[in-house]
Amino acid sequence: MSNGSFLIVRATGRRVRLRRVLVEAASILLGCVILIWSLVPVYNMFLIALDPIGHNEFAGELWPPHPTLASFRALWTESADDVEHIWRQFANSIAIGVPVMALTVLIGSLASFSIGRMRFGRGFGLGSVALLTYAIPASTLIIPFFRVMHVYGLLDNPWAVIAAEVTFATPYAILVLQYYAHLIPAELDDAARIDGASALQLYWRIYVPLMAPALAAIGTYALLFAWNDYFYQYMLLTSERHTTVAVALEQFFDDDDAPWNMMMAIAIVYSLPPIAIFYALRRYMSRGLTAGGVKS
Amino acid sequence: MSLQQVLITEPTEVERPSRRPRWRPPLHGSDLSWAIAFLLPYAAVFAGFVVYPMAYGLWMGSDPALYSALFADPRYFRAALNTVVFVALAVNVQMFLALLLSGFFARRRRWIKALLVLYLLPWTLPAVPAFLSFHWMLAADRQGLIDRLLQVLFGIEGPVWLTQGWLALAWDIAADIWKWMPLWTLIFLGGRLAIPQELYEAADVDGASAYRRFIHLTLPLLANLYLVSTLIATIWSFGDYAPVLFVSGGTPAFASDVLSTLGLRYALDFASPRLGVAAGLTVLPLLIPITILLMRRLQQKAVQL
Repeated sequence: MSNGSFLIVRATGRRVRLRRVLVEAASILLGCVILIWSLVPVYNMFLIALDPIGHNEFAGELWPPHPTLASFRALWTESADDVEHIWRQFANSIAIGVPVMALTVLIGSLASFSIGRMRFGRGFGLGSVALLTYAIPASTLIIPFFRVMHVYGLLDNPWAVIAAEVTFATPYAILVLQYYAHLIPAELDDAARIDGASALQLYWRIYVPLMAPALAAIGTYALLFAWNDYFYQYMLLTSERHTTVAVALEQFFDDDDAPWNMMMAIAIVYSLPPIAIFYALRRYMSRGLTAGGVKS
Repeated sequence: MSLQQVLITEPTEVERPSRRPRWRPPLHGSDLSWAIAFLLPYAAVFAGFVVYPMAYGLWMGSDPALYSALFADPRYFRAALNTVVFVALAVNVQMFLALLLSGFFARRRRWIKALLVLYLLPWTLPAVPAFLSFHWMLAADRQGLIDRLLQVLFGIEGPVWLTQGWLALAWDIAADIWKWMPLWTLIFLGGRLAIPQELYEAADVDGASAYRRFIHLTLPLLANLYLVSTLIATIWSFGDYAPVLFVSGGTPAFASDVLSTLGLRYALDFASPRLGVAAGLTVLPLLIPITILLMRRLQQKAVQL
């Protein structure tokens, strides 16, 4: 703003100062609105989760009157109704989320290397063909998906859910990676090829290391995608031993007498892994492309 | 360079490098084999989990009798109207606000950077618990957090939120905006940070106001990113059942259902999967042109690169 240009000198100092104070006040006000808007639903989760078990969670308080970690404790020891299998359900969610993350990064990066870097099928716009996946809403596709998984013999198998989630996460991954790949100078590939590197070596030695921040972002995206999903997990996994946390949470919703503080405690714990991964990788991601010394 | 930039679906005009990959078709020999081999895993996913289910779905919904049954159902029309309102409002409001807020978050203040971390929280929260929290702020017999806040702060008694269709839908839209706006803000922030600072300095020298800088500089440079993001968000919103399913649950009596949730109800609660597929397929006249527009948009840009 004030880079000492003559304009500022010419304007009366008082008016400039007043304007700056007003701008500052407005942005602080906006900051407060953003803060409240973002945190109220999160606060509500804690408000309910911190209530004692059996207490009426909806007594209309703004502050938990008797805050206690009882529901978290019951969760930890699986010692209350409805949470007997909560850790197995967590393991199930992780057993789906991690492969979805890995496969989306792997399949997406290979495809984007082939299309974006090797220019395979450039004339046919192969990269955008993947977007056809989104031509029928995912919520509609679940119904034929169920049938197709039956044909494949994958019903009630976590791999059915993994396949479905990878299917819907990969087109966006390819789109983002393909464009990000354009930022890496082609000279790097040329130099490596003169040295006799094969396409596989280019992928592994140049593409993957330089794209690492983008791959980390896509991995986070894929994990969030798996964590957000509910219906594919509900439909494709029918037996109780495969139930995931998202499905378990929904079962609370169906039950009128469910202990809501337990549900919110689960919700909070369930939210932790993606938050942790996102904020852990954020630093790494922010190192960015320039870390590879490729900025021209 | 940060996550923000990673997530931008394309570099802005000014940043686009002139260099182009040296591999030009036709690829041949081992390069061609490698290119095909690299594409093979995705081709398998596409054939097995996109083409087959889609063909199967189209076949399921191919009977014209389904559509006459659908159009005879008043719930269907309400849901179709709700879908249009939901997608149009949720997507456009969150995109526009995200564009404005990205300007706020681009300011170089430490407290604004800290605020960004909290602002991103809704996006990182899983959908089911986040939307269930919304539900319990609203549905608890006027004892939820929202009602309580209204009573304490303004002394007013709110309506029973989820018993009126439009009000319930409005909360579904609000929840959707709450969850997804941070992602688009992040993407636009990346787009803004990629604009060279010199352009703004030049505008400063010319005495351009903040408003004029936004209209004549930021907006044209972000226009393509904005358009592509809006198209993607629209496409995703048509298939997003979560806000409606978990915030309002379609209450009262299907009045806040959208087509994605109504289709699932037909399929699961009314044991009529074909009708469910048909309900979902009726958005295709809207969805297919949008998908093609997006593909063409990206392809044009890809050719330019």
